[in-house]
Amino acid sequence: MARALLKGNVAFAEAAVRAGCEAYFGYPITPQTEALEHMAKRMPELGRAFVQAESEVAAINMVYGAATAGVRVMTSSSSPGVSLMMEGLSYIAGTRVPAVLVDVMRGGPGLGNIAPAQSDYAQMVRGGPHGDMKMIVLAPATVQELIDLTVEAFDLAERYRCITVVLADGSLGQMMEPAELPPMRTPRAADERPAWALTGARGREPHALTSIYLDPEQEEAYNLELQATYRAIEAAEVRYVEERLEGARIAVVAFGTAGRLSLTAIDAARAEGIEVGLFRPVSLYPFPEERLRQLAERVDALLVVEMNAGQMIDDVRRVTRERVPIRFYGRTGGVVPMPEEVLEAIRGLHAELVREEAVA
Amino acid sequence: MQSEIVISGFGGQGALFAGQLLAYTALDAGLHTTWFPSYGPEMRGGTAHCTTIVSDAPIGSPVVRHPRAAVVMNLPSLERYEPLVKAGGVLVVNSSIVERHVQRTDLQVLRVPGDDVAQELGDGKVTNLVLVGALLTRLPVLELEQVKRTLEHVIPERRRNLLAMNLQALERGAALADPLAAAV
Repeated sequence: MARALLKGNVAFAEAAVRAGCEAYFGYPITPQTEALEHMAKRMPELGRAFVQAESEVAAINMVYGAATAGVRVMTSSSSPGVSLMMEGLSYIAGTRVPAVLVDVMRGGPGLGNIAPAQSDYAQMVRGGPHGDMKMIVLAPATVQELIDLTVEAFDLAERYRCITVVLADGSLGQMMEPAELPPMRTPRAADERPAWALTGARGREPHALTSIYLDPEQEEAYNLELQATYRAIEAAEVRYVEERLEGARIAVVAFGTAGRLSLTAIDAARAEGIEVGLFRPVSLYPFPEERLRQLAERVDALLVVEMNAGQMIDDVRRVTRERVPIRFYGRTGGVVPMPEEVLEAIRGLHAELVREEAVA
Repeated sequence: MQSEIVISGFGGQGALFAGQLLAYTALDAGLHTTWFPSYGPEMRGGTAHCTTIVSDAPIGSPVVRHPRAAVVMNLPSLERYEPLVKAGGVLVVNSSIVERHVQRTDLQVLRVPGDDVAQELGDGKVTNLVLVGALLTRLPVLELEQVKRTLEHVIPERRRNLLAMNLQALERGAALADPLAAAV
Protein backbone atom coordinates (compact mmCIF):
# COMPACT_ATOMS: atom_id res chain seq x y z
CA MET A 1 0.00 0.00 0.00
CA ALA A 2 1.60 3.25 -1.14
CA ARG A 3 1.57 6.48 0.79
CA ALA A 4 -1.30 8.76 -0.11
CA LEU A 5 -2.23 12.28 0.87
CA LEU A 6 -4.93 11.68 3.48
CA LYS A 7 -7.16 13.90 5.57
CA GLY A 8 -7.00 12.89 9.24
CA ASN A 9 -10.71 12.24 9.68
CA VAL A 10 -10.96 10.11 6.55
CA ALA A 11 -7.73 8.34 7.43
CA PHE A 12 -8.85 7.11 10.84
CA ALA A 13 -12.26 6.09 9.54
CA GLU A 14 -10.72 4.01 6.75
CA ALA A 15 -8.15 2.63 9.21
CA ALA A 16 -11.03 1.43 11.40
CA VAL A 17 -12.70 -0.21 8.40
CA ARG A 18 -9.45 -2.02 7.61
CA ALA A 19 -9.02 -3.03 11.24
CA GLY A 20 -12.23 -5.00 10.89
CA CYS A 21 -14.63 -2.57 12.53
CA GLU A 22 -18.05 -4.17 12.05
CA ALA A 23 -20.29 -1.44 13.38
CA TYR A 24 -20.10 2.35 13.57
CA PHE A 25 -22.61 4.57 15.36
CA GLY A 26 -22.25 8.33 15.45
CA TYR A 27 -23.70 11.76 15.10
CA PRO A 28 -22.22 14.58 12.99
CA ILE A 29 -20.15 17.25 14.67
CA THR A 30 -17.37 19.44 13.32
CA PRO A 31 -14.39 18.95 13.20
CA GLN A 32 -14.79 15.17 12.80
CA THR A 33 -17.80 14.88 10.48
CA GLU A 34 -15.75 13.62 7.50
CA ALA A 35 -15.18 10.43 9.50
CA LEU A 36 -18.91 9.83 9.86
CA GLU A 37 -19.37 10.68 6.19
CA HIS A 38 -16.70 8.18 5.18
CA MET A 39 -18.28 5.48 7.34
CA ALA A 40 -21.73 6.22 5.91
CA LYS A 41 -20.38 5.27 2.50
CA ARG A 42 -17.94 2.48 3.34
CA MET A 43 -19.73 0.41 5.96
CA PRO A 44 -22.87 -0.37 3.90
CA GLU A 45 -20.63 -1.07 0.88
CA LEU A 46 -18.98 -3.82 2.90
CA GLY A 47 -22.20 -5.13 4.40
CA ARG A 48 -21.35 -3.75 7.85
CA ALA A 49 -23.44 -1.64 10.19
CA PHE A 50 -23.59 2.17 10.03
CA VAL A 51 -26.17 4.16 11.92
CA GLN A 52 -26.37 7.92 12.18
CA ALA A 53 -28.02 8.01 15.56
CA GLU A 54 -30.44 10.70 16.74
CA SER A 55 -27.87 11.98 19.24
CA GLU A 56 -24.53 11.13 20.80
CA VAL A 57 -26.40 9.66 23.77
CA ALA A 58 -28.10 7.21 21.44
CA ALA A 59 -24.89 6.54 19.52
CA ILE A 60 -22.87 5.51 22.57
CA ASN A 61 -25.66 3.23 23.78
CA MET A 62 -25.76 1.60 20.35
CA VAL A 63 -22.01 1.08 20.71
CA TYR A 64 -22.69 -0.49 24.12
CA GLY A 65 -25.24 -2.88 22.65
CA ALA A 66 -23.04 -3.93 19.75
CA ALA A 67 -20.05 -4.36 22.07
CA THR A 68 -21.95 -6.85 24.24
CA ALA A 69 -22.46 -8.94 21.11
CA GLY A 70 -18.68 -9.17 20.72
CA VAL A 71 -18.36 -7.24 17.45
CA ARG A 72 -15.67 -4.66 16.74
CA VAL A 73 -17.47 -1.37 17.28
CA MET A 74 -16.59 2.29 17.39
CA THR A 75 -17.89 5.82 17.47
CA SER A 76 -16.26 9.17 16.89
CA SER A 77 -17.20 12.66 17.92
CA SER A 78 -15.83 15.96 19.17
CA SER A 79 -15.76 17.50 22.63
CA PRO A 80 -19.41 18.53 23.26
CA GLY A 81 -20.60 15.31 21.62
CA VAL A 82 -18.22 13.27 23.75
CA SER A 83 -19.54 14.98 26.88
CA LEU A 84 -22.96 13.61 26.00
CA MET A 85 -21.49 10.11 25.92
CA MET A 86 -20.19 10.07 29.48
CA GLU A 87 -22.92 7.90 30.99
CA GLY A 88 -22.67 5.36 28.20
CA LEU A 89 -18.89 5.22 28.49
CA SER A 90 -19.19 4.43 32.19
CA TYR A 91 -21.69 1.64 31.49
CA ILE A 92 -19.40 0.18 28.82
CA ALA A 93 -16.42 0.29 31.17
CA GLY A 94 -18.58 -1.09 34.01
CA THR A 95 -19.73 -3.97 31.83
CA ARG A 96 -16.18 -4.70 30.69
CA VAL A 97 -16.87 -4.75 27.00
CA PRO A 98 -14.45 -3.35 24.40
CA ALA A 99 -15.16 -0.22 22.38
CA VAL A 100 -13.21 2.44 20.52
CA LEU A 101 -13.90 6.17 20.64
CA VAL A 102 -12.10 8.75 18.54
CA ASP A 103 -12.43 12.24 20.05
CA VAL A 104 -11.40 15.03 17.68
CA MET A 105 -11.23 17.77 20.30
CA ARG A 106 -12.40 21.35 19.72
CA GLY A 107 -12.46 24.58 21.66
CA GLY A 108 -14.65 24.76 24.76
CA PRO A 109 -16.15 24.82 27.31
CA GLY A 110 -19.80 24.69 26.32
CA LEU A 111 -20.61 24.87 22.64
CA GLY A 112 -17.26 26.64 22.28
CA ASN A 113 -16.13 26.58 18.69
CA ILE A 114 -14.86 24.17 16.07
CA ALA A 115 -11.18 25.10 16.24
CA PRO A 116 -8.49 22.65 17.43
CA ALA A 117 -7.98 22.25 21.20
CA GLN A 118 -6.66 19.79 23.76
CA SER A 119 -8.82 20.91 26.62
CA ASP A 120 -10.44 17.51 27.22
CA TYR A 121 -7.28 15.84 28.48
CA ALA A 122 -8.53 15.78 32.07
CA GLN A 123 -11.97 14.54 31.01
CA MET A 124 -10.55 11.60 29.10
CA VAL A 125 -7.60 10.74 31.30
CA ARG A 126 -8.86 11.39 34.81
CA GLY A 127 -12.55 11.03 34.77
CA GLY A 128 -15.49 12.24 32.85
CA PRO A 129 -17.48 9.06 33.23
CA HIS A 130 -18.45 8.23 36.81
CA GLY A 131 -17.00 5.47 38.90
CA ASP A 132 -13.51 4.10 39.44
CA MET A 133 -12.81 3.51 35.79
CA LYS A 134 -10.08 4.17 33.28
CA MET A 135 -9.95 4.29 29.54
CA ILE A 136 -6.77 3.75 27.55
CA VAL A 137 -6.10 7.14 25.93
CA LEU A 138 -3.78 7.42 22.93
CA ALA A 139 -2.73 10.77 21.47
CA PRO A 140 -1.52 10.84 17.85
CA ALA A 141 0.52 13.72 16.45
CA THR A 142 0.51 12.84 12.76
CA VAL A 143 -1.99 11.37 10.34
CA GLN A 144 0.12 8.20 10.21
CA GLU A 145 -0.03 7.86 13.99
CA LEU A 146 -3.76 8.55 13.89
CA ILE A 147 -4.14 5.58 11.53
CA ASP A 148 -1.81 3.28 13.45
CA LEU A 149 -3.27 4.09 16.87
CA THR A 150 -6.83 3.63 15.63
CA VAL A 151 -5.97 0.11 14.47
CA GLU A 152 -4.18 -0.56 17.74
CA ALA A 153 -7.10 0.85 19.72
CA PHE A 154 -9.29 -2.07 18.66
CA ASP A 155 -6.69 -4.64 19.67
CA LEU A 156 -6.10 -2.99 23.04
CA ALA A 157 -9.80 -2.62 23.75
CA GLU A 158 -10.31 -6.31 23.13
CA ARG A 159 -7.18 -7.45 24.96
CA TYR A 160 -8.23 -5.64 28.14
CA ARG A 161 -12.00 -5.53 27.59
CA CYS A 162 -11.93 -1.77 28.02
CA ILE A 163 -12.56 1.45 26.13
CA THR A 164 -9.71 2.82 24.09
CA VAL A 165 -9.88 6.50 23.21
CA VAL A 166 -7.91 8.00 20.36
CA LEU A 167 -7.58 11.60 21.46
CA ALA A 168 -6.95 13.81 18.45
CA ASP A 169 -7.81 17.44 17.82
CA GLY A 170 -9.37 19.50 15.07
CA SER A 171 -6.13 20.22 13.29
CA LEU A 172 -5.24 16.56 12.99
CA GLY A 173 -8.75 15.75 11.81
CA GLN A 174 -8.74 18.47 9.18
CA MET A 175 -5.18 18.40 7.90
CA MET A 176 -3.85 16.29 5.04
CA GLU A 177 -0.53 14.52 5.19
CA PRO A 178 1.06 11.59 3.36
CA ALA A 179 0.34 8.36 5.19
CA GLU A 180 -0.08 4.67 4.56
CA LEU A 181 -3.21 2.72 5.37
CA PRO A 182 -2.95 -0.80 6.76
CA PRO A 183 -4.01 -3.87 4.77
CA MET A 184 -7.65 -4.92 5.01
CA ARG A 185 -8.35 -7.35 7.85
CA THR A 186 -11.34 -9.61 7.57
CA PRO A 187 -13.77 -9.09 10.45
CA ARG A 188 -14.13 -12.01 12.81
CA ALA A 189 -16.58 -14.68 11.77
CA ALA A 190 -19.76 -15.04 13.81
CA ASP A 191 -18.44 -18.23 15.48
CA GLU A 192 -15.21 -16.52 16.53
CA ARG A 193 -16.76 -14.12 19.02
CA PRO A 194 -15.13 -13.85 22.47
CA ALA A 195 -16.41 -16.30 25.10
CA TRP A 196 -18.02 -13.50 27.14
CA ALA A 197 -20.05 -12.17 24.21
CA LEU A 198 -23.84 -12.39 24.17
CA THR A 199 -24.44 -14.56 21.16
CA GLY A 200 -27.64 -16.31 22.13
CA ALA A 201 -27.28 -19.22 24.52
CA ARG A 202 -28.24 -21.95 22.10
CA GLY A 203 -26.18 -25.07 22.83
CA ARG A 204 -24.32 -23.56 25.78
CA GLU A 205 -24.82 -22.32 29.32
CA PRO A 206 -26.36 -18.83 29.43
CA HIS A 207 -24.24 -15.98 30.75
CA ALA A 208 -24.94 -12.31 31.38
CA LEU A 209 -23.16 -9.00 31.00
CA THR A 210 -24.05 -6.20 33.38
CA SER A 211 -22.73 -3.20 35.22
CA ILE A 212 -25.09 -3.49 38.15
CA TYR A 213 -24.02 -5.16 41.40
CA LEU A 214 -26.42 -4.19 44.15
CA ASP A 215 -24.37 -5.82 46.88
CA PRO A 216 -21.51 -3.41 47.68
CA GLU A 217 -19.15 -6.25 48.55
CA GLN A 218 -19.80 -7.85 45.20
CA GLU A 219 -19.37 -4.49 43.50
CA GLU A 220 -16.10 -4.01 45.33
CA ALA A 221 -14.82 -7.40 44.24
CA TYR A 222 -15.72 -6.45 40.69
CA ASN A 223 -13.96 -3.11 41.10
CA LEU A 224 -10.84 -4.91 42.28
CA GLU A 225 -10.88 -6.95 39.08
CA LEU A 226 -11.12 -3.72 37.11
CA GLN A 227 -8.24 -2.26 39.08
CA ALA A 228 -6.13 -5.35 38.40
CA THR A 229 -6.77 -4.82 34.69
CA TYR A 230 -5.68 -1.19 34.98
CA ARG A 231 -2.46 -2.23 36.72
CA ALA A 232 -1.79 -4.65 33.85
CA ILE A 233 -2.41 -1.86 31.33
CA GLU A 234 -0.06 0.46 33.24
CA ALA A 235 2.65 -2.21 33.20
CA ALA A 236 2.43 -3.09 29.53
CA GLU A 237 0.96 -0.33 27.42
CA VAL A 238 3.03 2.81 28.00
CA ARG A 239 3.90 4.61 24.77
CA TYR A 240 5.93 7.74 24.16
CA VAL A 241 8.19 9.36 21.57
CA GLU A 242 11.47 11.11 22.33
CA GLU A 243 13.12 13.52 19.92
CA ARG A 244 16.42 15.42 20.20
CA LEU A 245 16.70 14.57 23.92
CA GLU A 246 20.32 13.41 23.66
CA GLY A 247 22.27 15.87 25.82
CA ALA A 248 19.28 18.18 26.22
CA ARG A 249 19.15 20.58 29.17
CA ILE A 250 15.51 21.45 28.58
CA ALA A 251 12.78 18.97 27.70
CA VAL A 252 9.53 20.14 26.20
CA VAL A 253 6.71 17.83 27.29
CA ALA A 254 3.75 17.97 24.92
CA PHE A 255 1.27 15.53 23.39
CA GLY A 256 -0.44 15.31 20.02
CA THR A 257 -0.48 18.45 17.89
CA ALA A 258 1.20 20.51 20.64
CA GLY A 259 4.04 17.99 20.46
CA ARG A 260 4.58 18.24 16.74
CA LEU A 261 4.42 22.01 16.64
CA SER A 262 6.84 22.19 19.56
CA LEU A 263 9.28 20.19 17.48
CA THR A 264 9.47 23.03 14.95
CA ALA A 265 10.27 25.41 17.81
CA ILE A 266 12.82 22.96 19.22
CA ASP A 267 14.68 22.79 15.92
CA ALA A 268 14.75 26.59 15.75
CA ALA A 269 16.02 26.79 19.34
CA ARG A 270 18.71 24.19 18.69
CA ALA A 271 19.85 26.27 15.71
CA GLU A 272 20.38 29.06 18.25
CA GLY A 273 22.46 26.75 20.43
CA ILE A 274 19.84 25.93 23.06
CA GLU A 275 20.01 22.26 24.04
CA VAL A 276 16.36 21.28 24.03
CA GLY A 277 14.44 18.15 23.08
CA LEU A 278 10.92 16.77 23.08
CA PHE A 279 9.23 14.19 25.29
CA ARG A 280 5.89 13.34 23.73
CA PRO A 281 3.58 11.05 25.70
CA VAL A 282 1.56 8.97 23.25
CA SER A 283 -0.36 6.96 25.82
CA LEU A 284 -1.90 9.60 28.11
CA TYR A 285 -3.35 6.77 30.14
CA PRO A 286 -1.25 4.90 30.99
CA PHE A 287 0.97 7.96 31.42
CA PRO A 288 4.69 7.32 30.76
CA GLU A 289 5.53 7.94 34.40
CA GLU A 290 8.77 6.02 34.85
CA ARG A 291 10.39 7.41 31.71
CA LEU A 292 9.41 10.99 32.54
CA ARG A 293 10.70 10.57 36.09
CA GLN A 294 14.06 9.44 34.71
CA LEU A 295 14.09 12.33 32.26
CA ALA A 296 13.55 14.82 35.08
CA GLU A 297 16.70 13.47 36.70
CA ARG A 298 18.92 14.37 33.76
CA VAL A 299 17.52 17.68 32.45
CA ASP A 300 17.60 21.08 34.14
CA ALA A 301 14.04 22.13 33.40
CA LEU A 302 10.78 21.08 31.76
CA LEU A 303 8.50 23.13 29.56
CA VAL A 304 4.97 21.76 29.24
CA VAL A 305 3.14 22.91 26.11
CA GLU A 306 -0.57 22.24 25.71
CA MET A 307 -3.51 23.58 23.74
CA ASN A 308 -5.39 24.17 26.99
CA ALA A 309 -4.95 26.08 30.23
CA GLY A 310 -2.69 23.41 31.77
CA GLN A 311 -4.07 19.90 32.28
CA MET A 312 -1.35 17.35 31.54
CA ILE A 313 1.01 19.55 33.54
CA ASP A 314 -0.63 18.23 36.71
CA ASP A 315 0.56 14.75 35.78
CA VAL A 316 4.02 16.07 34.94
CA ARG A 317 4.23 17.75 38.36
CA ARG A 318 2.96 14.66 40.16
CA VAL A 319 5.30 12.27 38.38
CA THR A 320 8.45 14.38 38.61
CA ARG A 321 7.63 15.75 42.06
CA GLU A 322 8.87 19.05 40.67
CA ARG A 323 12.49 18.07 41.17
CA VAL A 324 13.29 20.50 38.32
CA PRO A 325 11.56 23.78 37.45
CA ILE A 326 8.45 23.22 35.35
CA ARG A 327 7.15 26.04 33.15
CA PHE A 328 4.01 26.11 31.05
CA TYR A 329 2.99 27.54 27.71
CA GLY A 330 -0.54 27.05 26.47
CA ARG A 331 -3.24 28.63 24.34
CA THR A 332 -6.90 28.01 24.97
CA GLY A 333 -10.28 28.32 23.30
CA GLY A 334 -9.22 26.83 19.99
CA VAL A 335 -6.15 29.01 19.41
CA VAL A 336 -3.33 26.90 18.01
CA PRO A 337 -0.01 28.15 19.39
CA MET A 338 2.42 29.09 16.66
CA PRO A 339 5.88 27.50 16.82
CA GLU A 340 7.30 31.03 17.16
CA GLU A 341 5.46 31.39 20.49
CA VAL A 342 6.82 28.09 21.77
CA LEU A 343 10.29 29.19 20.68
CA GLU A 344 9.87 32.34 22.81
CA ALA A 345 8.91 30.18 25.79
CA ILE A 346 11.97 27.97 25.27
CA ARG A 347 14.21 31.05 25.04
CA GLY A 348 12.65 32.44 28.22
CA LEU A 349 13.27 29.24 30.15
CA HIS A 350 16.80 29.00 28.79
CA ALA A 351 17.52 32.58 29.89
CA GLU A 352 16.21 31.69 33.33
CA LEU A 353 18.67 28.79 33.57
CA VAL A 354 21.56 30.97 32.39
CA ARG A 355 20.69 33.64 35.00
CA GLU A 356 20.59 31.04 37.76
CA GLU A 357 24.01 29.77 36.72
CA ALA A 358 25.38 33.30 36.78
CA VAL A 359 24.09 33.74 40.34
CA ALA A 360 25.55 30.40 41.39
CA MET B 1 14.88 23.19 3.85
CA GLN B 2 11.22 23.92 4.49
CA SER B 3 8.86 26.17 2.52
CA GLU B 4 5.50 27.31 3.84
CA ILE B 5 2.93 28.54 1.34
CA VAL B 6 -0.33 30.24 2.27
CA ILE B 7 -3.08 30.50 -0.33
CA SER B 8 -5.97 32.75 0.61
CA GLY B 9 -9.09 34.13 -1.02
CA PHE B 10 -12.89 34.18 -1.05
CA GLY B 11 -14.57 30.81 -0.64
CA GLY B 12 -15.10 29.47 -4.16
CA GLN B 13 -11.87 30.91 -5.57
CA GLY B 14 -10.14 27.58 -5.19
CA ALA B 15 -7.62 28.45 -2.50
CA LEU B 16 -7.99 25.09 -0.76
CA PHE B 17 -7.65 23.06 -3.95
CA ALA B 18 -4.59 25.04 -5.07
CA GLY B 19 -2.90 24.27 -1.74
CA GLN B 20 -3.84 20.60 -2.01
CA LEU B 21 -2.37 20.48 -5.49
CA LEU B 22 0.97 21.66 -4.12
CA ALA B 23 0.80 19.03 -1.38
CA TYR B 24 -0.04 16.24 -3.85
CA THR B 25 2.85 17.42 -6.02
CA ALA B 26 5.23 17.35 -3.08
CA LEU B 27 4.13 13.78 -2.30
CA ASP B 28 4.73 12.77 -5.93
CA ALA B 29 8.15 14.42 -5.76
CA GLY B 30 9.06 12.32 -2.72
CA LEU B 31 9.05 15.29 -0.32
CA HIS B 32 7.41 15.71 3.08
CA THR B 33 4.28 17.81 3.06
CA THR B 34 1.30 18.95 5.11
CA TRP B 35 -1.89 20.74 4.09
CA PHE B 36 -3.77 22.62 6.76
CA PRO B 37 -7.06 24.34 5.87
CA SER B 38 -9.11 27.00 7.49
CA TYR B 39 -12.38 25.30 8.22
CA GLY B 40 -15.56 26.38 9.85
CA PRO B 41 -19.07 27.63 9.35
CA GLU B 42 -17.99 29.15 6.07
CA MET B 43 -19.62 29.53 2.68
CA ARG B 44 -19.02 30.69 -0.85
CA GLY B 45 -17.98 34.31 -0.60
CA GLY B 46 -16.58 33.90 2.90
CA THR B 47 -12.85 33.60 3.44
CA ALA B 48 -10.88 30.44 2.79
CA HIS B 49 -7.19 29.89 3.28
CA CYS B 50 -4.78 27.05 3.72
CA THR B 51 -1.14 26.43 4.51
CA THR B 52 0.88 23.92 2.52
CA ILE B 53 4.31 23.02 3.83
CA VAL B 54 6.88 21.29 1.67
CA SER B 55 10.11 20.03 3.18
CA ASP B 56 12.95 17.57 2.69
CA ALA B 57 12.64 16.61 6.38
CA PRO B 58 9.69 15.51 8.54
CA ILE B 59 7.41 18.46 9.30
CA GLY B 60 6.63 19.55 12.84
CA SER B 61 4.03 22.27 12.93
CA PRO B 62 1.54 22.30 10.04
CA VAL B 63 1.04 26.05 10.59
CA VAL B 64 3.51 28.91 10.96
CA ARG B 65 3.11 32.57 11.69
CA HIS B 66 5.53 33.72 8.99
CA PRO B 67 5.18 31.76 5.76
CA ARG B 68 7.79 31.76 3.02
CA ALA B 69 5.15 32.63 0.41
CA ALA B 70 1.57 33.80 0.15
CA VAL B 71 -0.84 33.83 -2.76
CA VAL B 72 -3.54 36.41 -2.05
CA MET B 73 -6.59 36.34 -4.26
CA ASN B 74 -8.50 39.26 -2.73
CA LEU B 75 -7.94 42.43 -0.71
CA PRO B 76 -8.74 41.00 2.76
CA SER B 77 -6.13 38.30 2.12
CA LEU B 78 -3.53 40.91 1.20
CA GLU B 79 -4.32 42.88 4.36
CA ARG B 80 -3.91 39.75 6.44
CA TYR B 81 -0.79 38.21 4.90
CA GLU B 82 1.30 41.13 3.66
CA PRO B 83 2.65 41.79 7.17
CA LEU B 84 3.28 38.10 7.83
CA VAL B 85 5.34 36.80 4.91
CA LYS B 86 8.99 36.23 5.82
CA ALA B 87 11.41 38.90 4.66
CA GLY B 88 12.69 37.96 1.23
CA GLY B 89 9.63 35.78 0.70
CA VAL B 90 7.18 35.74 -2.20
CA LEU B 91 3.83 37.52 -2.35
CA VAL B 92 1.62 36.77 -5.35
CA VAL B 93 -1.28 39.22 -5.70
CA ASN B 94 -4.37 38.77 -7.86
CA SER B 95 -4.11 42.25 -9.39
CA SER B 96 -7.41 41.84 -11.28
CA ILE B 97 -9.35 42.64 -8.13
CA VAL B 98 -6.68 43.88 -5.72
CA GLU B 99 -5.90 47.45 -6.65
CA ARG B 100 -3.85 48.36 -3.63
CA HIS B 101 -0.12 47.96 -4.07
CA VAL B 102 2.13 46.12 -1.66
CA GLN B 103 3.74 48.45 0.88
CA ARG B 104 6.59 46.24 1.98
CA THR B 105 9.83 46.53 0.07
CA ASP B 106 11.52 43.39 1.38
CA LEU B 107 9.39 40.89 -0.54
CA GLN B 108 9.41 39.47 -4.04
CA VAL B 109 6.04 40.75 -5.23
CA LEU B 110 4.26 39.37 -8.26
CA ARG B 111 1.12 41.24 -9.29
CA VAL B 112 -0.65 38.90 -11.68
CA PRO B 113 -4.06 39.63 -13.27
CA GLY B 114 -5.34 36.19 -12.35
CA ASP B 115 -9.05 36.77 -12.96
CA ASP B 116 -8.45 38.42 -16.34
CA VAL B 117 -6.26 35.58 -17.53
CA ALA B 118 -8.79 33.07 -16.25
CA GLN B 119 -11.59 34.81 -18.15
CA GLU B 120 -9.48 34.77 -21.31
CA LEU B 121 -8.98 31.05 -20.86
CA GLY B 122 -12.74 30.69 -20.60
CA ASP B 123 -13.43 30.11 -16.90
CA GLY B 124 -12.96 32.53 -14.03
CA LYS B 125 -12.52 29.59 -11.67
CA VAL B 126 -8.92 28.89 -12.77
CA THR B 127 -7.58 32.09 -11.20
CA ASN B 128 -6.06 29.95 -8.47
CA LEU B 129 -3.83 28.05 -10.85
CA VAL B 130 -2.79 31.15 -12.80
CA LEU B 131 -1.45 32.51 -9.52
CA VAL B 132 0.14 29.20 -8.53
CA GLY B 133 1.88 29.08 -11.90
CA ALA B 134 3.35 32.50 -11.15
CA LEU B 135 4.35 31.45 -7.64
CA LEU B 136 6.30 28.44 -8.88
CA THR B 137 8.71 30.68 -10.82
CA ARG B 138 9.92 32.15 -7.51
CA LEU B 139 9.67 29.10 -5.31
CA PRO B 140 11.99 26.46 -6.63
CA VAL B 141 10.84 23.70 -4.27
CA LEU B 142 8.32 22.35 -6.77
CA GLU B 143 8.65 22.37 -10.53
CA LEU B 144 5.91 23.51 -12.85
CA GLU B 145 6.19 20.34 -14.93
CA GLN B 146 5.76 18.19 -11.83
CA VAL B 147 2.71 20.19 -10.76
CA LYS B 148 1.19 19.64 -14.20
CA ARG B 149 1.81 15.88 -14.07
CA THR B 150 0.29 15.70 -10.60
CA LEU B 151 -2.74 17.75 -11.64
CA GLU B 152 -3.49 15.22 -14.34
CA HIS B 153 -4.09 12.48 -11.80
CA VAL B 154 -5.60 14.42 -8.89
CA ILE B 155 -8.16 16.52 -10.74
CA PRO B 156 -11.60 15.23 -9.70
CA GLU B 157 -13.34 13.06 -12.29
CA ARG B 158 -16.25 15.50 -12.64
CA ARG B 159 -13.78 18.28 -13.55
CA ARG B 160 -11.69 16.26 -16.01
CA ASN B 161 -13.12 18.24 -18.92
CA LEU B 162 -11.40 21.30 -17.41
CA LEU B 163 -7.95 19.69 -17.21
CA ALA B 164 -6.56 21.34 -20.34
CA MET B 165 -7.74 24.76 -19.18
CA ASN B 166 -6.17 24.25 -15.75
CA LEU B 167 -2.85 23.24 -17.31
CA GLN B 168 -2.98 26.36 -19.49
CA ALA B 169 -3.70 28.45 -16.42
CA LEU B 170 -0.54 27.19 -14.73
CA GLU B 171 1.52 27.88 -17.85
CA ARG B 172 0.08 31.34 -18.43
CA GLY B 173 0.73 32.28 -14.82
CA ALA B 174 4.33 31.11 -15.07
CA ALA B 175 4.88 32.92 -18.35
CA LEU B 176 3.40 36.15 -16.96
CA ALA B 177 5.63 36.02 -13.90
CA ASP B 178 8.85 36.02 -15.88
CA PRO B 179 8.64 39.45 -17.53
CA LEU B 180 6.98 40.74 -14.36
CA ALA B 181 10.21 40.03 -12.51
CA ALA B 182 11.78 43.07 -14.14
CA ALA B 183 8.95 45.34 -12.91
CA VAL B 184 9.24 44.33 -9.23
